[in-house]
Amino acid sequence: MKQLMSGNEAVARGLYEAGVKIASAYPGTPSTEIIENLRQYQGVYSEWAPNEKVATEVAYGASIAGVRSVSIMKHVGINVAADPMFNAVYDGVEGGFVIISADDPSMHSSQNEQDNRHYARAAKMPMFEPSDSQECLDMIREAYQVSERFDTPVLFRMTTRVCHSKSLVEFGQPLQVESIPYKKNPAKYISSPANAMVHRQLLEERLQAMAEYSDKAEFNRMEINDRKFGVIASGISVQIAREVFPADYSFLSLGFTYPLPEKLIRSFAEQVEEIYVLEELDPFLEEQIKALGIKVTGKDIFPNMFELNPAIVRESYWGEKQESVDLDVDMVARPPSLCPGCPHRGFFYTIRKKKNAVIAGDIGCYTLGGSPPLAAIDSVICMGAGFSAAMGMAKAFEVSGVDKVVFGVVGDSTFFHSGITGAIEILYNKGRVIPVVLDNSTTSMTGQQDNPGTGLTLSGEIAEKVSIEALFKAIGFAKVITVDPQDLTAMEAAIDEAIAAEQACAMIVKRPCVLIKNIEHDFKLCVVDRDLCTSCRRCLRVGCSAIYYVDGKAYIDPALCTGCTVCMQVCNFDAISVVD
Amino acid sequence: MSETVKSIVLIGVGGQGTILVSKVLTTALVTAGFDVKMSEIHGMAQRGGSVSTQIRYGKKVYSPLIGVGEADILLAFERMEAVRGAALLKKDALIIVNDYTIIPPPVASGTAVYPDNCIDALREKFKLIAFNAAQVAEELGNPRVMNVVLLGAMAEVLQLDKLDWETALKVNVPERFIEINQEAFKRGRELARSEEEAYAP
Repeated sequence: MKQLMSGNEAVARGLYEAGVKIASAYPGTPSTEIIENLRQYQGVYSEWAPNEKVATEVAYGASIAGVRSVSIMKHVGINVAADPMFNAVYDGVEGGFVIISADDPSMHSSQNEQDNRHYARAAKMPMFEPSDSQECLDMIREAYQVSERFDTPVLFRMTTRVCHSKSLVEFGQPLQVESIPYKKNPAKYISSPANAMVHRQLLEERLQAMAEYSDKAEFNRMEINDRKFGVIASGISVQIAREVFPADYSFLSLGFTYPLPEKLIRSFAEQVEEIYVLEELDPFLEEQIKALGIKVTGKDIFPNMFELNPAIVRESYWGEKQESVDLDVDMVARPPSLCPGCPHRGFFYTIRKKKNAVIAGDIGCYTLGGSPPLAAIDSVICMGAGFSAAMGMAKAFEVSGVDKVVFGVVGDSTFFHSGITGAIEILYNKGRVIPVVLDNSTTSMTGQQDNPGTGLTLSGEIAEKVSIEALFKAIGFAKVITVDPQDLTAMEAAIDEAIAAEQACAMIVKRPCVLIKNIEHDFKLCVVDRDLCTSCRRCLRVGCSAIYYVDGKAYIDPALCTGCTVCMQVCNFDAISVVD
Repeated sequence: MSETVKSIVLIGVGGQGTILVSKVLTTALVTAGFDVKMSEIHGMAQRGGSVSTQIRYGKKVYSPLIGVGEADILLAFERMEAVRGAALLKKDALIIVNDYTIIPPPVASGTAVYPDNCIDALREKFKLIAFNAAQVAEELGNPRVMNVVLLGAMAEVLQLDKLDWETALKVNVPERFIEINQEAFKRGRELARSEEEAYAP
């Protein structure tokens, strides 16, 4: 019987069926559940890597050593992994090697919506774009055939709706794939200029051969119906096209989109008069099709940003706006905020009081420290930039003669990902920056994944805990202050001590995330004494969703409160107390 | 089986259990032989954000996504979220709403006011079934089964008698909670039935 599965679950099943033996990933929405599902399958080694570059190098090494492998990440992770990815295309593979990129149109959980299909073209690597869960399974199996047949890594490009929507899937039989006996092959696997010159020419021949494959590929499907109108689509747009356009239109549904099936597209264009190209984000197909000299309509009418849905496509195509019922209600947004009991709250509340501080933040839950009422963070760029951007700011303030104290703030997982190089930069180049690791002992924003500092691996085995404190000391920071952010007095003293320090000083703000499941939390409950509450609203400044006003006085929701006491510590009138 | 595809939207606030409801619902639909697609966004769900799931079922479903003005039924776990979700509804759509409030952060911090006319505004424009599922769940002895009370109401209005709800609940709920969830489901069904009768001419 068919099963309802998300694209991520189906890809995991497909990887298992394809005989993949080594899988490495870094968590990132919407890709995270792929490897979390893959770990249930026997015979597959799955791991969290410190970052996407490492994951891709691990997977590629495994391929060179003769087994099928995969690295998995969200779209911006490909930016981190781009270096090994581009070079692996030149060198080719032994065991099949697939890199999965989960793009996030509409930026549901991301800082940009870059269209990673451009990477396939830039790196000259073949690309699949599944449109539903069954295709996720079937295409990932085919991706390994393509990888080994054409001696190349393959880019498997998914999007949020393909990853996270569920549709019916029929399983296949798992393949028995033997490891390829290892043979030393320096001419192939040493990326020296001399070898690369040879590889570059082979790559051109390979692209030619893959273009021929593309014309006949099982996942590039032409359906000629009406000869007047036709639609070319790829990825999730294939499903939206079938939903929106009349069934008697002609369709060219593309699942293997680099190299493009030129002959197939020409054949479609010869048989259909008026062609529309439907694709999310950039005109990736459209521009290449137009370069073939074929007249098509695409981004002239369809949006070039954000996710598509049937209503948007109908409006773009027929010009009729879908009506929604107008309700006269003044809506309030629900911006995500730090959870009640979040250990980051004490740090941000305290540092916000230092009017002279500039804080370069980073990617993680603690990005929410930039939202009101905490509003403590000045910048967030990308994974790892918390330390290095802080360095640039500090140097700029120095040359400009501006008196500021600069903090770089990253989380524990982000520190291992790419914060550590920024810490080295700060020490080496004598930056007047205080690097701060908000260590909540997990990778929380993506759903509490383990990392090198947690002492557990993806499969739940005990691992060596990499010590952030020891790393700071080894780099050369003379002073490393470790503090519990839940104690606001200690937190403030630590910040003052770091600011006053003469030598290089780093700070570790340490308390586990309240959402971690496998540890015991000492949850309590804070309550408000309405007689003592003066309605000063000071407690609201900690930005906790468990505290709000009821009938003019502060109220703490017992269903949400964890008894962290941060609100109690900021109350000047002893109106809040904690109970067990 | 009818050719038409039905589109359902579930909306609530992170932590309210919308995901479990959509799992039970889709399990029942798949077992009954429907083609089903379901789409959810859960990136920031745990941090008090609005969470919504879209479910489409019929003989053959293409798009997992529902656009503005296209949904047939809305199951809302919170009053203001019902208004948010209503943007996706067709004109003659049906709403089941949990008459229950979760204060959003801007209201908590005093920078915004929670709208007090959600239910009235919805009732004016749609067919509405409203009750306090949180209270029902509390009466049953476990506030967390609020979501399954709402599911029961949904099961009643879907009028898909051949769906095996009992099994669908069993496979998605931990064993020790099955009994209370079945009770919650039953209560939700009854409430929806009596509300629907109130509409009858």
